[in-house]
Amino acid sequence: MMVRSEQELAALVADAADPLSIRGGNTRGMAGQGAALSVAGLSGIILYEPGALTMVAQAGTPLDEIEAALAQENQRLAFEPMDHRGLVGSQGGPTIGGVFAANVSGPRRIAVGAARDFLLGVRFVDGRGVVVKNGGRVMKNVTGYDLVKLMAGSFGTLGVMSEVSFKVLPRVETQAALVLHGLDDGQAVAAMSRAMGSPFEVTGAAHDPAKGQTVLRVEGFEASVAYRIGRLQTELNGMAGEMTVLTASEAEAFWEKQRDVAVFHGEEGDIWRVSCKPSDAPALLAKAGAEAHLLDWAGGLIWLRMAQGSELRARLDQFDGHATIVRASAQTKARLGVFHPEAAGVAKLTAGLRAQFDPKGVFNAGLMGAVA
Amino acid sequence: MEMPKPDTEVIARKARVVARLLSVLPDDAVIHDERETRAYECDALTAYRCPPMVAVLPSNTQEVSDVLRICHSEGVPVVPRGSGTSLAGGALPTADCVILGVARMNDVIETDYDNRLIRVQTGRTNLSVTGAVEADGFFYAPDPSSQLACAIAGNIAMNSGGAHCLKYGVTTNNLLGVTMVMMDGEVVEIGGGYMDAGGLDLLGLICGSEGQLGVVTEATLRILPTPEGARPVLMGFDDNEVAGACVSDIIKAGVLPVAIEFMDRPCIEATEAFAKAGYPMCEALLIVEVEGSDAEIDHQLALIMEIARRHNPVELRESRSAEESAKIWLGRKSAFGAMGQINDYMCLDGTIPVSALPMVLRRIGEMSQEFGLKVGNVFHAGDGNMHPLILFDANKPGDLELCETFGAEILKLCVEVGGCLTGEHGVGIEKRDLMHVQYAAEDLEAQMAVKDVFDPAWLLNPAKVFPLDASAGRRAVKLAAQ
Repeated sequence: MMVRSEQELAALVADAADPLSIRGGNTRGMAGQGAALSVAGLSGIILYEPGALTMVAQAGTPLDEIEAALAQENQRLAFEPMDHRGLVGSQGGPTIGGVFAANVSGPRRIAVGAARDFLLGVRFVDGRGVVVKNGGRVMKNVTGYDLVKLMAGSFGTLGVMSEVSFKVLPRVETQAALVLHGLDDGQAVAAMSRAMGSPFEVTGAAHDPAKGQTVLRVEGFEASVAYRIGRLQTELNGMAGEMTVLTASEAEAFWEKQRDVAVFHGEEGDIWRVSCKPSDAPALLAKAGAEAHLLDWAGGLIWLRMAQGSELRARLDQFDGHATIVRASAQTKARLGVFHPEAAGVAKLTAGLRAQFDPKGVFNAGLMGAVA
Repeated sequence: MEMPKPDTEVIARKARVVARLLSVLPDDAVIHDERETRAYECDALTAYRCPPMVAVLPSNTQEVSDVLRICHSEGVPVVPRGSGTSLAGGALPTADCVILGVARMNDVIETDYDNRLIRVQTGRTNLSVTGAVEADGFFYAPDPSSQLACAIAGNIAMNSGGAHCLKYGVTTNNLLGVTMVMMDGEVVEIGGGYMDAGGLDLLGLICGSEGQLGVVTEATLRILPTPEGARPVLMGFDDNEVAGACVSDIIKAGVLPVAIEFMDRPCIEATEAFAKAGYPMCEALLIVEVEGSDAEIDHQLALIMEIARRHNPVELRESRSAEESAKIWLGRKSAFGAMGQINDYMCLDGTIPVSALPMVLRRIGEMSQEFGLKVGNVFHAGDGNMHPLILFDANKPGDLELCETFGAEILKLCVEVGGCLTGEHGVGIEKRDLMHVQYAAEDLEAQMAVKDVFDPAWLLNPAKVFPLDASAGRRAVKLAAQ
């Protein structure tokens, strides 16, 4: 099913008795059970004010279209949403609604915030078919409860977004990256923490153990980038043997691959994503027994490639964070649950909210919350 | 301002409630003498006052949980209070309520520089969070004007921001986790030392919920490395519209200042008479601040000044030293006090898309004539958060009401041009009955449905945020159930 207007979407949901699988471009491998309901027909940029750093678009607008419009004004989505297609083997094109529904953020998340931090307003259809709006198109808004945040990262389980308004930022003049060679996971996390704790505005901090490379990104005006790369080299002197510098184009290529976890493309196995305190990462890696891994967010985000069906959460035991399945067989997803189980108090609130917003249980059944 | 009638049955049970509270709290943490409860009769919106039935000052999460459990079983409304600096009446008590103040809970629980976070009890003041880490080269970014006094608990309740949030975001963008006590006394942990919740973003929901969903007793906050330096430039224009265009051009040019502050002529005049900061007399004044190394600051300020020159400023003054920077900020920081010297004032807090700035300022000027009340405008231009200050005489009968009507008209105008009723102060009681202007009935229903989940009996911070008529049904059910 493909809807063409918010009104049509509302009517369809109001009449729905059976589960609906909500999707934009369906490129993230995160659709729930039920009859497919696509919002890709709700497409188009409604308003773009470069001088106010804001854009309003229908939820099904292709991300390509959004990024092209921003590029024309020398602006960008600063939270750098990753492209899941290579990792999960999906086709089609991502949509802006999908980006926010899944709260998809890339390496720059550590410096500028997540997708949810840029979402300013939403219009959505709840499980009764009622159209609700929340937030607006201004940077600061504390008028009532922030349902905007609740919708971001709710994976279409509370409502189907029909329109989003969001904050954009200027593109930077240039970038460069400092590469530290030969560090193990623990040394890399320590070096990345030192860099993030410096005033030199690092906007990406990743570590690839296979290549033995720890990469730090600096962005801004040309002279400032060169200055800050130099200061970082001094700051990290003694923490790594060899250091090299990537030029703007080399750095750009590196971070695009890092963003999309390109090292795991085409490789067998389950893909997991663990959010943790950076300093906990080395110990968690030791417990995980992964076939391969990659660190981002200065160690706060661990990408893992595991043998199929591995029970990662059991191996990690209790920790300050959560583990999500990004790619695995349907059986593994059903057995382990895509999302990390919640503590009882939180689970009760989650269930309560779901009962309020989707009383018929029609949205993305089995995806989020209790294991189906 | 209409408030619901206090529940006389609850007030009749005061002695029992006090006795139960004394069974879980030390004597000096339960304030029930009528002379002493008066200290809690209002927050910074002093036009409205009502002493609470009881005030309690717990010292830790367990005591908060005990208090809430008792109030829940007794059907007593609870009004959480940080430092009481709310400008929207967010901590205004009712005669039948227990005020729960978190002021005694002000410890730093943990600082963790490797992971760039700090965990505090939420009674800690905003500025003292930075105070705990600044010697080690870190700071806590959200900087509401009240930061010397306001508590993190209130910052979370109101999702507070400040002058520097153009770059660093507001509270919700810097909050990693909370320990929260539900109205029934249950303690829940949400988020933690890591980024982005795994399930629904409950943290984002709690932030800005005005103390209506739970009492946050501990918070994990993101801290950032202190920038190498910061410096402002001051620019004056003879036209509001030109100043607005200049703001827009700076943003479009790819420079991201940490602050862009705007003052109009009435505000400049009042400020000069009061603080003597040496501001130029003009229609509109901008203060733009950038951060970084000396070289980077020079580069950014050069770009900004080049843009400003294209708009024919009447004054362009780049700071060259810490003293000059302080002088440039002096007037802006004294603006509220300066307006207060002239008369009583009401400080509004609406937001608008930056593009609507000239039109909105013009309309406010016209309305000022119509209402016969003077207005000065000072605001965060980078993010469109306006603070019109309406002058009135509190001793003159009818002036406050006239001022309120005028204020409401300005906020309606903000919504009309695509903005919102409040950018950082919150709804509280002040804008409660204007919520219909921004939100349709079903939009408010969706928000109230959230409260039904977190606080089914509607006991936490009652009669705030939602228009009384919109919440009447739910409050009536609660009363009938007792």
